[in-house]
Amino acid sequence: MACKFCGPKLSLCGLVLSVWGIIQLTLMGVFYYIRAVALLEDLPLESEGGHHSIESFIATVEAGYTQNAYNCWIAALLYVITLVVSGHQFWMNNRSSVSM
Amino acid sequence: MGTMFRSEEMVLCQLFVQPEAAYVSMYELGEAGIAQFRDLNPHVNDFQRRYVSEVRRCSEMERKLRWVAGELPEPPPPPKPDRCSLSPREINILEERIDFIESEIQEITRNARNLKSDYLSLIELKTLIEKMQTFFQDHSAQRKISASVQIYNNDAVLGHLGFIAGVVTTARIPAFEKMLWRISHGNIFFKQAQIDEPLKDPITGHELQKTVFVVFFHGEQIKLRVKKVCHGFKATLYPCPATYKDQLDMLAGVGTRIKDLEMVLEQTENHRRLVLTNIARDISTWMVAVRKEKAIYHTLNMFSMDIVKKCLIAECWVPRRDLTVVQKALENGVKASGSPIPSILHYVPTHETPPTFNRTNKFTRGFQNLIDSYGIASYREVNPALYTIITFPFLFAVMFGDVGHGIIMTAFAAILVIYEKKFSKVQTDNEIWNIFFGGRYIILLMGIFSIYTGLIYNDMFSKSLNIFGTSWRNVYEDGVLQNHTMLELDPKTAYTQTPYPFGLDPAWQFASNNIIFLNSFKMKLSIIFGVIHMAFGVTMSVVNFNFFKKQEMIFLQYIPQILFLLLLFWYLCLLMFMKWIMYSAVAEDPASGTSCAPSVLIIFINMMLLKSSEDKPPCRAMMYDGQDQVQKTFLAIGFLCIPVMLFGKPVYKMIMAKKRKQYQQGVETGEEVEKEGHDGGMAEELITQCIHTIEYVLGAVSHTASYLRLWALSLAHAQLSAVLWQRVLIMGMGYPGVNSLKLYVIFAVWAFFTLAILVLMEGLSAFLHTLRLHWVEFMSKFYEGQGYAFAPFCFTDILENEDDERKAAAETNGGPPE
Repeated sequence: MACKFCGPKLSLCGLVLSVWGIIQLTLMGVFYYIRAVALLEDLPLESEGGHHSIESFIATVEAGYTQNAYNCWIAALLYVITLVVSGHQFWMNNRSSVSM
Repeated sequence: MGTMFRSEEMVLCQLFVQPEAAYVSMYELGEAGIAQFRDLNPHVNDFQRRYVSEVRRCSEMERKLRWVAGELPEPPPPPKPDRCSLSPREINILEERIDFIESEIQEITRNARNLKSDYLSLIELKTLIEKMQTFFQDHSAQRKISASVQIYNNDAVLGHLGFIAGVVTTARIPAFEKMLWRISHGNIFFKQAQIDEPLKDPITGHELQKTVFVVFFHGEQIKLRVKKVCHGFKATLYPCPATYKDQLDMLAGVGTRIKDLEMVLEQTENHRRLVLTNIARDISTWMVAVRKEKAIYHTLNMFSMDIVKKCLIAECWVPRRDLTVVQKALENGVKASGSPIPSILHYVPTHETPPTFNRTNKFTRGFQNLIDSYGIASYREVNPALYTIITFPFLFAVMFGDVGHGIIMTAFAAILVIYEKKFSKVQTDNEIWNIFFGGRYIILLMGIFSIYTGLIYNDMFSKSLNIFGTSWRNVYEDGVLQNHTMLELDPKTAYTQTPYPFGLDPAWQFASNNIIFLNSFKMKLSIIFGVIHMAFGVTMSVVNFNFFKKQEMIFLQYIPQILFLLLLFWYLCLLMFMKWIMYSAVAEDPASGTSCAPSVLIIFINMMLLKSSEDKPPCRAMMYDGQDQVQKTFLAIGFLCIPVMLFGKPVYKMIMAKKRKQYQQGVETGEEVEKEGHDGGMAEELITQCIHTIEYVLGAVSHTASYLRLWALSLAHAQLSAVLWQRVLIMGMGYPGVNSLKLYVIFAVWAFFTLAILVLMEGLSAFLHTLRLHWVEFMSKFYEGQGYAFAPFCFTDILENEDDERKAAAETNGGPPE
């Protein structure tokens, strides 16, 4: 019913990486969403001092935060898919090694 | 808990054992693993010892078992836990059984081999006939040949064609054909056809590529030559009938014989498998029993006989706490043998240094190994491993401080610890894995401590956590903010004067002088930790002096050493504390304002070089009144300690020697001369003391500086992780969409480098530096490390070692080519 295309090591690696990715990217998304100052350096703020007023600067920053938050969450979703795929592969590998 | 503090007390015991009781007693001692036996006949050749024949018998049994185990289709299951010893009678039965099994399996294997080679030749014959039929039938050109052959073979007409058919290895065909051509001057006809499915060699089991050939020739002379060539090329010739009908008959006959043989072969294989599966269940248990037996006799060989050959005498080192176990083992031996004479155990007073034995458990073993790889502690010396349990992970974490990396390390070690029973069952040759698994508790503690120091440094993958709210605030107008990319915050106004409750204030992450501030902070911390660590090490020597009844050394060595360290280097630390407390941005007195804070290092250098500096109003050159006098006194006392360290011990020894001589003359027991010969005495003593003193004084300076590696590695770690975040992970940020896919990939890359460089490489480097700080800077202050390890007679060790040796041998020999 299902094809096996990953070895036991690769699927374990994918499993660990995706668990790590889900946890960290989701948390990063949350921190961007609540505008954590520590992550300010990561925002794509193009022109230095090119803002006419504090308000426009704040608007850019807010937009950047929201944008990064969604970005992180989507990447986390991609890792959820990876988790499912590599989990399935891992299960297949384990099962086949038991049956042999 | 006292067991970890110093090595255990050992007793040299003499055992008088009846030969009948010896075996059972030794078995129990081997299971307990508490006695280290000494070889009492070191000059006796291995072949002249008492139990040579038993040892040889066991080796033979072991060899046979190994051979049988090699025949098993899959590795045998692990041995059953079986604690009862085998009596000599049971051993005999086992030996007979092993002998029987070995010969049975050999017999089966030989039979199977014969059957298989028969089978092979039948198969070859069958294919040969099949091919022959095509040779003879299909081509119209060959009809003639076949016709003449038939006539020839029917002996009707002389001088027509004959033929020889056979099978030869495919690789030899070209040479074979050429050779035939040569010897017959081209007067033969050669036909060949390769056998499609590869045949199996009956002995090696390798695949064979073979080719069927037919040679047609004319005349008896050539026939002989062809036969010779066939023999030379190791071709198998088969008699093959020439007529089609005969061929069919023969084919049918061969077919039935093949079928019969197949059946027999299958039965043989089944029988063999049955025999092997029966053995597979027990073979590991037998192996263990035989190995234990061999180890027992090997140990019994170390015993000496008393003159009348009535009992065995053994000498062994035993921890005092385990004496009752030895006693019990001896009693059990006597009981089992039923002899009326009890075994006797008694202590031998000795001047020899006993072996060092530290009782460890799975948690402390790793730390004890770290110490032991530097040098086994001298007998009953203070064991640094106890303190290493805390100081090692702590100093490691000072260099490795990062919450994120700490969590990764803790999670890894936690998995190892939680599933340790499952993992320890899996035996692997993977050396790296074994190192990680052996040090799982060290790694776990290192990870937990790293999380703690990471919180103090406020670093999580180089980002700060603003948990309690920063204590800095913005003091600038909007207009100013708009026109500057960088602004200075004066602590006098921008700082709220209530410190961040735990660790570093997160505001520092954005400061451009972040590194400058952290350097000064971490350097000072390193020196403070270092001086405390070293002072603790020096103080440990007091415990040793007290224990070994050398109280005079406390005054002659410890006090000058600790004074030297504290008055010079702890004073430096005190200056740091004073600087932190006394100077402030909001101070009313300008002399204790930020601009007047002195450089501690310069003050210290001036103190050493006896230089004085002038006041520069409003600042003062000195931090407190009378500092100059205090420093000069400290320096003077510190340097006065050096001659005490240098001459104290030799002079004391000289005085003691003189006193003893006077005493001996007074009592006039002149016969007993002092045994410790003082050849070159005083000079040698002075030279060693000189070296020790120089080592300590220079060491105090260089070791203090050496602790700066705590700062250096911590800086490198923090900067590397910051660079990795800013250069790699940021590439994935931006508008959601394509960038999310990019982030997905970039995150994997970032995770890989975090793991490989920051956790593995940096972790290894921090580990090695911590190890050095312990071995060199801490242990050199009190640790002798001149002992030798306790190596008890213990079955589990013996079995494990033999497994390792066998694996190593298998690796060097190389497995069979596949």
